[in-house]
Order: sequence, then structure tokens, then C-alpha cells
Amino acid sequence: MRRVPWALIVLAAAFCVPALGSRYYTFLANDIAIWALFATSLNLLVGYAGLVSFGHAAYFGVGAYTAGILMKKLGLPFLLALPAAGLLAALFALAAGFFCVRLTRIYFAMLTLAFAQIVWAICFKWNEVTGGEQGMPEIPYPDFAWFESIGEVVPLVGGWRTAEYFYFVSLAIVATCLWCLRRIVGSPFGRMLTTIRENPERAEFIGVDVRRYELAAFVLAGAFAGLAGGLFGIFNRGVFPDFAYWNKSAEVLIMTLLGGIHTFFGPAVGAAALIWLNQQIVSYTQYWPLILGTILIVLLFVFPGGIAGAIGAAFRRLAPKLRGA
Amino acid sequence: MLEVRALAKSFDGFRAVDGVSFAVPRGSISAIIGPNGAGKTTLFNLITGHLRADSGHVLLNGREVTGIAPHRLCRLGMGRSFQRQNIFPRLTVFENVQAAYVSHRGRGWSMLGPVERLFRDETEAQLGAVGLREKAEEIAGLLSHGGQKQLELGIALALEPEILLLDEPTAGMSAAETRDSIALIGRLARERNLTLLFTEHDMQVVFSIAQRIAVLHQGRLIADGAPEVVRRDPEVRRVYLGERN
Repeated sequence: MRRVPWALIVLAAAFCVPALGSRYYTFLANDIAIWALFATSLNLLVGYAGLVSFGHAAYFGVGAYTAGILMKKLGLPFLLALPAAGLLAALFALAAGFFCVRLTRIYFAMLTLAFAQIVWAICFKWNEVTGGEQGMPEIPYPDFAWFESIGEVVPLVGGWRTAEYFYFVSLAIVATCLWCLRRIVGSPFGRMLTTIRENPERAEFIGVDVRRYELAAFVLAGAFAGLAGGLFGIFNRGVFPDFAYWNKSAEVLIMTLLGGIHTFFGPAVGAAALIWLNQQIVSYTQYWPLILGTILIVLLFVFPGGIAGAIGAAFRRLAPKLRGA
Repeated sequence: MLEVRALAKSFDGFRAVDGVSFAVPRGSISAIIGPNGAGKTTLFNLITGHLRADSGHVLLNGREVTGIAPHRLCRLGMGRSFQRQNIFPRLTVFENVQAAYVSHRGRGWSMLGPVERLFRDETEAQLGAVGLREKAEEIAGLLSHGGQKQLELGIALALEPEILLLDEPTAGMSAAETRDSIALIGRLARERNLTLLFTEHDMQVVFSIAQRIAVLHQGRLIADGAPEVVRRDPEVRRVYLGERN
């Protein structure tokens, strides 16, 4: 049986979303793309290295503030601001991770949460730089004049609204980042992370320096979360302290679990499912947290492998029948 | 090859290992025996850096290695197996052994290129040597108990150790599995010129392959020597062999 290039199909479809002519769908797709990157970055820790972080929003927040401050206050171009967001988030992750990887399991999780709360407190209180409680509204969009000028030559590329240009750019960046992450988890380094997840004691005795690998994974996850945060601040037209708050960390963890931690694209599926559900449900009821709680309970008992795990299992059961028919 | 000097470890005042000294010559097959709770596993954990000794020294090839991290010991040529939890259960059998090669040959930090094609030949050869070639694609955690022990040996051997420490290599095996696996271990050790140190509770196993036996009782070494000598030792007969017969 040939493998279907699902990732490419989904990517191509995603690029066509603005052609539907609905700003709302483009908005939704952009939201999903960014959170998909955020959740996948977290899964490098949760699903591959077996480290459950309760404070991943810290690096998302650092990235968002970095890009926001550089673009709004210093007027730097997006092309510099976004890599800076990833880099600074990675540095924060290095500092926090240095301590976190010395602990295991629940203690590790609690320490990541503690560091995230520190980041949140800094964002919340450091008025001169972060805008404090009020956050930092009106982050400018990147300059898309270059995009327009390509559009004058190539058909279909020009003539969109700024939000749609930003959607195309963030989609391309997210796709590139996901491709990089996919390479990383499929590399020898990724395999070493899975040995740590499976059996850290044994991993030590095949010569794996467990803490250093965990720290490297933590820094990489932080960097990609920072890139997602940088994109999100611009998308959201503003950066606010709650980006780094613990409920954001919980949200991204729920997405990751909902989608499934044992498949690479599971967290992206989870991001899409949760954001779409949220949008659907809030128009009917204000009890979204109640629904979310129910979904989680069902998930944990019925589909411990998440959505992607359930689809994969169903597919494996159906595929022989289909071929036999 | 491996030398232990006056090693001691207490847990809350209980002296689990109490001033143990012995030496393992290169190329030998040595066993540590003793009743349950004699301190065998603790002694192993002290040697391999999983526990920190209260006092005493461990020397590997004349070099002081007391208390250094397991991953560094592994690079210095010491392999070990564990009594429990000895494999990577959700990886395939092939991936288990391949991971050992990737790590040991220093490719673990490479983030470029897929891992699948690395060390294929070596991994397959090693799986063949421990009798798991047909099971290469199975999920390791689903192997039989004996299969997991074979796999564990495969992982340990992939690290090309000079000295291999096996903690109860036949624990939980049936009589037939025990016989096969001891024959396998003995053959591989001779073929690869390995120094072998193992703990074991099955006397038949011990006397069938060990060239030297050390007897541990309540954290202390009460005998150390060739099997015949140990078998005749009155102290050993009293505390250990006597209990069984």
C-alpha cells in the first residue's frame, strides 16, 4: 500500500483557505496553524522525551513579547524580530531547563510551572518594557510590499488583504518549523530521546547523557514555542501577559493529549479540533470549560492515544478489510 | 580489570554492603552469589554508579571510577544488564539494539538525516548472535520474558564492553530457558573475550560457568575463590548451601 502524503495535502488545502472568501475561516485557520506549531513543540518534550511540562506557555510568551517589542517599539522588520523571538525563548528555556532537568516527573512538571509563573509575573509587572497588565496592543503587521510586488508578476499571489498575506507567511513558517521538528524526531537525536522516555535508567547505560539530552530537547521545544508565540502576537494584534499564564500551558497540553502524543501530527490535529470545537460551542453555550472537561474525561478513558491514536487504530483495523474487498 | 576495595553502603543504619573487596581478572567469568537480601544488587549499583558509596573504591583498568555517572562508565567499557526494566518496551527489537549502537558510536547528537539506516548491518548481526533475528520488527515489550533477556544481552553487547555485569540474567526463566541462555552467555563471552561478572541465585547455573565465585552474606564477603573451594567452604555451607540442601 502506498503512503498518502497527508501532510502535503493538508498544507495545500490550508493555502487555499483564503480563496473561500471568508475572513473568519482564514482567521480560524491561522489560529490553528500557530497553535499546531505550539502544541507540536510541546510534544517534543511530552511525546518523545517523556517530559511533561506544565509551563510551556512561558516560551510562547517570551517569543510573543520579543517579536512584539522589537517590531512595535524598535520598528525592526519581521525578518529579524521572529528569529529573535525563537532565540530569546531558547535562551529562557536553557536557563529554566538547566534546573528543571535535574528533577523528574511531578517535580519536573512543578518546576516548569514555577518558571512559567515567574515569566508571567515579569510580563505582568514590568510596565516600562512589557506594558504590564495592559499588555501591548497594536503590534504592526510585517511589511508585505514584497509580496504585492511578486503578485504583480505571478497570478493568484497578489491582491489579498494584509491579514491574508500574514496567513500565507505564517503558514509557510509553521510548515517549515514542523518539517524541521519532524526531521529532529526522526533523527538519531530523536531516537535517543525516545530511549529516555522508555527507560531513562537503561538509556544511561547505553551511554546516553540523559540530562544533557533532556536539556537540548527543552531548549528546542522552547525555541519553536517562541516562534509560535512571535507569530501569535502579530496575528492577535497584541501581546498580553496571559500568553504566559498557566492556563495557556494547560490549554496547549490538553491539545497535545487530545490529538495524541504518540504520533507526530497528533498535537496539530488536537489544536485544530480544540480550536474548532471552541468556536462552535461558544456560540451555543457559555459553559465551554464544562464541555472541555467532559471531552477530556472521555478522552482519557476511551481514547488514551488521542484522536490521532484512535484514527490510526481504526485505520489498521479497516485497512485489511478494504484490501480484501 | 575490575577491582573493588572496601566498598560500603548503609541505608538508614542498615549495612547493605559492608566493606567488600574483590578483583575480577581480565577474561574471567565470575559470579557473586548469596541469599536474597545479601546485598548483591546494591553492590552492582555501587559499581555501576547508580548508588553512591559511603566509602571504598571501584577501579576499572586501574582507573578510579568510584561514583562516576553511568553514561560515562558505559563509555569506559562497562556494560550492564538489570534485573528488571531492562529494555525500551515500546520500541521494536531492532530499534532497541540500534539505539545502543547510535549512542555508543557517538551519533546521538546528530539531528540531520533519518536514524533508520544507521548501523543496520551491525544491529542485524547482533540480533542474530543473540537469536532474535526473526523477531526484529516486534515490539520489544511484547517479547516473552526470555526474549527480553536475550534482547537485553543484545543491547549490552552492542556497546562493545570489555566487562559485562549481569544482574540475575536468568531471573524468572524456566529451566529450559535458563539452560539456553546460560549456554548463550558463556559462548558469547568466550567468543568476544569478555570479562563477565554476574549475580545469580541458581546454584547450578553458577557452578556450570563461573570460574570464580564470591559469596555475599549480610553485606559481607564470606568466601571468594574457585568453585570447588567455595563449595567446600564450611562457612558457605552453613549460611547458604546448607540451607538449600
